[in-house]
Amino acid sequence: MEKNEISGDPLNGVWKFFASVKLTVSLLLTLACTSIIGTVIPQNENPAVDFHKYGEFFYRIFSFLDIFDMYHSLWFQFLIFFLAVNIIVCSIDRLSSTWKIVFAKEISFDIAKLRKSYKEEFSGNRPPEELKSLFLSVVSGSFKYTKVEETETGFVIFAEKGRWTRLGVYAVHLSVVLLLVGGLMGSFFGFDGSVNIPEGESVKSIILRNTGREQPLDFEIRCDDFNVSFYESGVPKEYLSKLTILENGKPVYNKDIIVNDPLRFKGINIFQSSYGTLKPKEISLSFTNRETGMIYRQKASVGEEIKLPEAFGKFVIKEYSGAYDFRGHNLGEAFLGILTPFKGDPAEVILPMHFPSFDKMRKDELIISVEDAGRRYYTGLQVTRDPGVPVVYTGFIVMILGCFVSFFMSHKKLCVEVMKKGGKSRVMVAGIANKNKPGMEIRTQRIAKLLSEKAGILKG
Amino acid sequence: MSIMNSSNLLSITTFIYGFAAFFYIFAVVFKKPIAGRLGTWTALAGIAGNISGIVLRWVESYKIGIGHAPLSNLYESLVFFALVIVMIYLVIERSYANRTIGAFTTPLAFLAMAYASLSPNINDRIQPLVPALKSNWLIAHVIACFIGYAAFAIAFGLSIMFLFKRNDLKEESQFFKFFPDVKILNELSHQMIMFGFLFLSAGIITGAVWANSAWGRYWGWDPKETWSLITWFVYATLLHARFMGGWQGKRLAYLSIIGFAAVIFTYFGVNLLPGLHSYGQ
Repeated sequence: MEKNEISGDPLNGVWKFFASVKLTVSLLLTLACTSIIGTVIPQNENPAVDFHKYGEFFYRIFSFLDIFDMYHSLWFQFLIFFLAVNIIVCSIDRLSSTWKIVFAKEISFDIAKLRKSYKEEFSGNRPPEELKSLFLSVVSGSFKYTKVEETETGFVIFAEKGRWTRLGVYAVHLSVVLLLVGGLMGSFFGFDGSVNIPEGESVKSIILRNTGREQPLDFEIRCDDFNVSFYESGVPKEYLSKLTILENGKPVYNKDIIVNDPLRFKGINIFQSSYGTLKPKEISLSFTNRETGMIYRQKASVGEEIKLPEAFGKFVIKEYSGAYDFRGHNLGEAFLGILTPFKGDPAEVILPMHFPSFDKMRKDELIISVEDAGRRYYTGLQVTRDPGVPVVYTGFIVMILGCFVSFFMSHKKLCVEVMKKGGKSRVMVAGIANKNKPGMEIRTQRIAKLLSEKAGILKG
Repeated sequence: MSIMNSSNLLSITTFIYGFAAFFYIFAVVFKKPIAGRLGTWTALAGIAGNISGIVLRWVESYKIGIGHAPLSNLYESLVFFALVIVMIYLVIERSYANRTIGAFTTPLAFLAMAYASLSPNINDRIQPLVPALKSNWLIAHVIACFIGYAAFAIAFGLSIMFLFKRNDLKEESQFFKFFPDVKILNELSHQMIMFGFLFLSAGIITGAVWANSAWGRYWGWDPKETWSLITWFVYATLLHARFMGGWQGKRLAYLSIIGFAAVIFTYFGVNLLPGLHSYGQ
C-alpha cells in the first residue's frame, strides 16, 4: 500500500497524509473521546445556569472551547470534515487497484499463489480424461465462473465468484459521505421550529428552535381539535391533533396526527410534540334552588355578568385559577365568582371543578356549580423541513448493504489441478479468498471431499 | 398455573443460567468434560425458560389490555439480551466443538438476568406504552441493538480468553490447554465484532428513522445517541486497525474490551448522566 517514492511534491505528501489508515484510526479515536464531553456537560443550557454551576473560570474556558454546544462547534465539525476527506482520499487511493481486479477483461489466475494457499490433495485410480466433465459439473455447481486449461499431463479447473464483493467497503465509505452530505443539506436548506395552536385557530408561521426567530410558512395550519387520552394509571396514552392545511384560506389537506405519525405536506413535516390548556372561554354553570330543587343552566365567560332567574340577582365570574388554595388545601382548577342578590350583600363564590357540590357549604338558598369548564387545549407542534433526509436514508441503506457485503461475502477462487501419474491421477484442490480464510478452508475441504466421492476415488 | 407468571418464570431462568455458567466454569477449572456437557443441557433449558418467559409476558400484556411486544423497557431488554447471548454462544459451541468459551459467555447472560430480576431500580411490571414508544420501529430498533450488544458481549468474553491464553503461551500451563487456539479465538472474536457492528449500525439507523418519525429529527446528539455513536467509533477503529493497519493480538483484544465497556455505558451509564430524557428506563 505504501509506495516508497522519492518525491518532493508537497501535494503528494498531503495526499499520502490523508490516504493513511493511521489517520483514520486517530480520527475515529479522537471523535470517540471528544464526543464524551458533550454527554457529561449538558448542551445548550441557559448560560446563567452554566455560569452558576461551573464558576466563572471554567465557564470562560468551556465557552471559549464551545463546550456548551460542542457538536456544532467549529473544532468538532473540523474533525468530522477531516474524517470525510480521509475516507474519500483513502477510497480513491485504493479504488483503482480494486477496479482493475473487479472489472478485468481477462480473468487471471495465479496458480503459484493458489498452490501456496490452503490445499487438499488426493490420488485417484482413473486417468484425468475421465474426470474432467465430472469435476467441472461439481465445481460449477458452487462457482459462477469456471475455466478449464489443458496442461501437459492433465488439466486445471479455475473457478471464482464474488469478485464484485470487493466493492462492499467502498459502499460503506460512500454511505458515510452520504450521511454527512445529507446532514449538511439539512443544516443549510432546512429548518426546525415549533408552534402552539389553540383548538379552532390557525397559524401562518412558526418559531425557529436555534435562533428564536419567526419563520413564515407558505400555508396555514389549523388545529380543528386536540385530544389527550390516559391509561388508568394516569400515564398519557395518546395525543391526537386534527389538523387542516389551508392555502389561500381554502382547506387543501387534513390529517389526524399522533406521536410517530406526522403530517407531511410540500416538504414540511408537522409532528405532535406537546400540548397544554388555555384559559376557558365559555363556562356552563348550573344554579339550583335549594328549597324547590329547580335547576337552571346558563353559560358565561370570565368577566361577563349574567342575570339569574327568580329573584337571585346577578352573577359574574371574576377569575380562573389553575390551582386554587382554600385554607391551605389545593382545590385544583377553580373559578371565583361574585353573587350579587337583590337584597343583601354580594358574596364570594368558589367553584372548584373537581368538587361540584362545594358551593353547598355556603349554606345559601342558591347552589352554584360548574358543569363544563369549556376547557380548551392548544397543541404543540414541531415543524421541520429537511431536504437532506432522502440522502441520509439512502446512506442508511447503502451502509447496511455495504457492511453485510464487506463483512460476510468474499471474493473466492478455487483451483483443481489434475495430473496424470501412470494410469492414475494426482488431484490438488486449492482455495483462496480475500476474507474469512478459515471459512474458505472449510469450503475447500468440502469441495475436495465431494470431488473425491463423485469420482469414486479413495483419498490418499 | 396461576402462580406461574412471566416474572417468576424469568427469575427461575436466571437461576438456570447461573447453573449453566457454574457448570461451564467448573468444567474449565477442574477439567471435567462431563460438567461442560451438563452446562450445554442447562443452557438449553435456560433458553427454553427464557423464550417461554418472553412469550408469556407478551400474552400477559394482551390480557391486561395493553398488549405490546415485550421489548419496551430496561427489564425486557435485559431479558432479551441474555437470550441472544446464550443463543449465539450455543451456535458457536456447536460449530467449534469447544465448551470452554461457555465459561466466559454464559456468566454474562446470568449477570444480565440477575440484574434485571434483582436490582431494586428495575421495574419488572408490564407497563403500557407511552405515545413515543408506539411505533413499529421500536421492535426493529431494540432487536437490532441487542443482537449487536450480545455479539459484542461474546467478543468481549473471547478477548478475555485470548489474553489469558496469550499471556500463558510461554509457560504452557495445563490450565488453558483446552481453550481454543489463539488463532481461532482471534478469528472468532473478529467474526463476532463484524456481526455486532452490522447490527449496531442497523440499531442506530432504525433508531434514527424512528426519531425522525416521532420528533422530526434523525439525530439530536442526545447522550444515548452520542454514546451509541462512540461505541460505533470504537469498533470502527478496531475493524480498520485490523483490516488495514495490521493490528493483531493483544491490542485488538484490549480495543474489544474498551468497546464492550462503551456498550455497557451506552446501555446503563447514560441513565446516570445529568439532564437527559431517558427513554430506556
